[in-house]
Amino acid sequence: MSVAPPTPMLVEPFEQADRQHEAMVFGLWLFLATEILFFGGFFFLYAVARLQDPGGFAVGGHKANLLLGTINTVLLMSSSATLTVAERAIKAEWRRAARVAIVATLILGTAFLAVKGFEYHEDLSEHLFPTVPGFPFTAVGAIRFWSFYWLITLIHAVHLTIGLAFVARLLWLDRLGTLGPRWMVAEVTTLYWHLVDIVWLLLWPLLYLIGR
Amino acid sequence: MKRDDGATMRSDDTGLLAREPGERTYLTEGTTLRSWLLSTDHKRIAILYAVSITMFFFIGGAAATVIRLELFTPKGDLVTADTYNRLFTLHGVIMVWFFLVPSIPATLGNFLLPLMIGAKDVAFPRLNLMSWYLYVIAGCFTLAALLLGGVDTGWTFYTPFSTLYSNSYVLLAAFGIFVVGFSSIATGINFIATVHLLRTKGMTWMRLPLFCWSMYATSLVMVLATPVLAMAMVLICAERLLGLPIFDPRAGGDPLLFQHLFWFYSHPAVYIMILPAMGVVSEIIACEARRRVFGYQFMVYAMLVIAVIGFLVWGHHMFVSGQSPFASMIFSFLSFVIAVPSAIKVFNWTGTLYRGTIRFSAPMLYALGFVGLFTLGGLTGLFLASIPVDVHLSDTYFVVAHFHYIMVGGSVSAFFGGLHFWWPKITGRLYSETFARSAALWLFFGFNFTFFPQFILGYLGMPRRYHEYPPEFQVWNVMSSTGAVVLAVGYLMPLFYLGYSLFYGERAPDNPHQATGLEWTTTSPPPKHNFLVFPVVRTEAYAYHDWDEAPGKADETMQDERA
Ligand SMILES: [Cu+2]
Repeated sequence: MSVAPPTPMLVEPFEQADRQHEAMVFGLWLFLATEILFFGGFFFLYAVARLQDPGGFAVGGHKANLLLGTINTVLLMSSSATLTVAERAIKAEWRRAARVAIVATLILGTAFLAVKGFEYHEDLSEHLFPTVPGFPFTAVGAIRFWSFYWLITLIHAVHLTIGLAFVARLLWLDRLGTLGPRWMVAEVTTLYWHLVDIVWLLLWPLLYLIGR
Repeated sequence: MKRDDGATMRSDDTGLLAREPGERTYLTEGTTLRSWLLSTDHKRIAILYAVSITMFFFIGGAAATVIRLELFTPKGDLVTADTYNRLFTLHGVIMVWFFLVPSIPATLGNFLLPLMIGAKDVAFPRLNLMSWYLYVIAGCFTLAALLLGGVDTGWTFYTPFSTLYSNSYVLLAAFGIFVVGFSSIATGINFIATVHLLRTKGMTWMRLPLFCWSMYATSLVMVLATPVLAMAMVLICAERLLGLPIFDPRAGGDPLLFQHLFWFYSHPAVYIMILPAMGVVSEIIACEARRRVFGYQFMVYAMLVIAVIGFLVWGHHMFVSGQSPFASMIFSFLSFVIAVPSAIKVFNWTGTLYRGTIRFSAPMLYALGFVGLFTLGGLTGLFLASIPVDVHLSDTYFVVAHFHYIMVGGSVSAFFGGLHFWWPKITGRLYSETFARSAALWLFFGFNFTFFPQFILGYLGMPRRYHEYPPEFQVWNVMSSTGAVVLAVGYLMPLFYLGYSLFYGERAPDNPHQATGLEWTTTSPPPKHNFLVFPVVRTEAYAYHDWDEAPGKADETMQDERA
């Protein structure tokens, strides 16, 4: 980027901006490493379940709502783009553009949760929860598919909600007028948001496409 | 740099906060409760942690006391089988997650890591405070589970018992463990970033004190293993709460899956507990033998290798769980491999002692105790790592004795050693050396008295986790229970003489042990920002003597000055 970011606000114990920047990005990547292992455990679970009964797993996966899942993928990918725009705008001190992009991210993220809620409603009306009466499958693989589906999408939604809170915090910092000097906060928030998106990008084929 | 005359320069006024007029330390910066609870100073957070883990240590110890009382006689006459289950679960959960895992890293590590690398604080001071609050919140959940009636699954939460059958407060406890995991992740991230980014001028990687390396290796394990535990706890909650059949074999779930996930964390967790102890002991032995650490670089690589291979051996907990024999063979082999770096460390500690000028001070007694007990614990680990022997010893008292030798004989001894070694730096007070030495001996003998008979019990075939047993085992159990009394004395003594020293102890000089290391160059206790002038490092760690000089020579002159 050609424009130098604004002079950052230093926090203890740092005395140099570049050190602080390095530390924040490094610290967040360490956190992402824990997240990767956390989700890695779930993907391991998925692999075990699918290998044990591939046929039943595919039968269960066929019932997943491809349309809503795809809409959500588009929403989340767009939100990654808008948040990146916001981050760059903050560094370039384009406050208005930054604000618009942050709000767009919040809207897209919330829309994702709304669509997800609607999809849950659809799923439940079709009894697609392994313990409810009328669950349409008996195959072991199908039961495990739907267990995994509920578990992982709920956990992903929790992550997204936390992400939304952090993005909303950027808006708050902007109102306080300190967002410019605290562009590092925006950078690490964006990193976290991207991870949540990437996890979804992996879930989309694993949940919605395998049954087709 | 060496100011042995510090004690005479200051008045001997008493009271914890009594200081020279105008003297300012981290303890005098604000004395209100608020100034402690909202402090982001790594030294104060270390104290907060120290107070809370001590509390949990005694809660876990109380449970152990009842267990040992029950086992005094063969009949189950003191508590019911069900209560007994809840007692050993409580003991395990509290001691592992609320005492051992945070013990050295969150107290000594928090206090010393920034001091040792010449930094003002850890990289993320507010995250550091948050980790303590997470610990407290998690502690509240676990204590709630305990007060409501306890958990009966054992600290291992094996499925399908924990998910389908147990009628106890598994959810609350699992949630508490989930949260406390984030507290150790926060500590881990903080330490790694601190070591990478905040080393002072001249503090190269190969000049780092071994304690810093141990914190670094521990943090790596914390960051990479704990999320898998968190995930396993989420799965238990999901199955209990939502009924999702993840481990339930009737609906296609796999109960063994839980064991894999649990031990993927819990074996590395053993290294979260023992690596910091290795760091502490390296510092104490080098200083009290007045020797450079023998094979410094090998010590560093050994710790890193332990941290990495520690992730690849979890299957040795599942030899009798129905694991494929091929997998068992690989896990058995790797478990033997990981003994090599541990043996290198023991060899190097003894190599450091060789031709040293050894002072048998209290910290040194604890450290020497550690080396012996760790070696015994490690060697019996090899018995358990070989499949045919393990088939016989699995789930017997042999296993109990083995891991108590590592975790209690090893880690707790080192924790006490470190606590004594750095006590003058942390509090600015000197404790009674006589009492401290005798406590170290009580602890060593009490420990062996308690746990050595358990090796024999295990060999004879007494299974763990039962509240009654055939009468022929009684003699060993009586021995063990009697030893526990001696051990308890060893644990309780420091509470008194260390507590006494806080108020009436002599003022400590800045460097009472004539140790190297940056933490000894600042005042005791250190000022708020650790150093008045930020230090520059020009030598390797442990420069107790010149390379071409016989060890201990420099020390003789120093001891003359001291007298
Ligand atoms: Cu193990």
